[in-house]
Amino acid sequence: MSDIADRVKKIVVEHLGVEEDKVTENASFIDDLGADSLDTVELVMAFEEEFGIEIPDDAAETIQTFGDAVKFIQEAS
Amino acid sequence: MFDLSGKCALVTGASGGIGGEIARALHAQGATVALSGTREDPLKVLAADLGERAHVLPCDLSDPAAVDALPGRAVEAMGGLDILVNNAGITRDTLFMRLKDDDWQAVIDVNLTAAMRLCRGALRGMMKARWGRIVNITSVVGTTGNPGQANYCAAKAGLVGMSKSLAQEVAARGITVNCVAPGFIETAMTDKLTEEQKAGILGAVPMAAMGTPADIAAAVVYLASAEAGYVTGATLHVNGGMAMV
Repeated sequence: MSDIADRVKKIVVEHLGVEEDKVTENASFIDDLGADSLDTVELVMAFEEEFGIEIPDDAAETIQTFGDAVKFIQEAS
Repeated sequence: MFDLSGKCALVTGASGGIGGEIARALHAQGATVALSGTREDPLKVLAADLGERAHVLPCDLSDPAAVDALPGRAVEAMGGLDILVNNAGITRDTLFMRLKDDDWQAVIDVNLTAAMRLCRGALRGMMKARWGRIVNITSVVGTTGNPGQANYCAAKAGLVGMSKSLAQEVAARGITVNCVAPGFIETAMTDKLTEEQKAGILGAVPMAAMGTPADIAAAVVYLASAEAGYVTGATLHVNGGMAMV
């Protein structure tokens, strides 16, 4: 697994308090990992800080799964 | 109780009577304060009087870019932003039939939109810290209405609705959002009223006296404190019994 995926997973595990093996490619933050809508905003904020990037609101809305987040960050950084 | 040591507070409209007293009271409880306002001189005088833990951050709240930048400046000056007090307000009183678009927009921009922008800017740090206090200063007339103040009343009522919505969104993050609604308080704003108007208003106040900025500041200190942690989405009316709502 790439370094980016590891770092994203660490943030997700810490923030949502879920088991690491639940954070799979297609795991939806809201449907599978128990996040509410405000959690997703906080995750995006945490990704921005961890990777020093800016994630615009319209892009943030497309980040629904762990895989979406990793893909977006790989392309942005 | 109500110890605010180590907390950093931004107060808008700190050049005015109520805002200045709010800043003083927060400071007296141990908070570091950032004093914001349009006029820099009174802010400097207040900061000098407070001594340590006081920063001057002039800001024109009718300028959206300046408003958006203010929370960041506060964090830079104080090292954090735990308490936001949206106190700044302007009036452009006129009878509704004479109400100009400009009179409406200017009051909405400063009294409501700037408060929204400052809340939005302050939230990120509060969310991370899992602690925050937002106190929006509204007015009794936001609840009761007042002839000649449709724009002001709309903005103040808007603040209440905004605060309740935001309070629900961030409650689980340790952030509370409340309003303080002053009644008839001795300030430069009420000095503009005629004696006849004052007498008329006082006739409607069961305590038969005007409130003081210190009465409002005490309510803000309470809502900003750790002790008020279970209070959110509330409006604390401080009006001498003028309106019991």
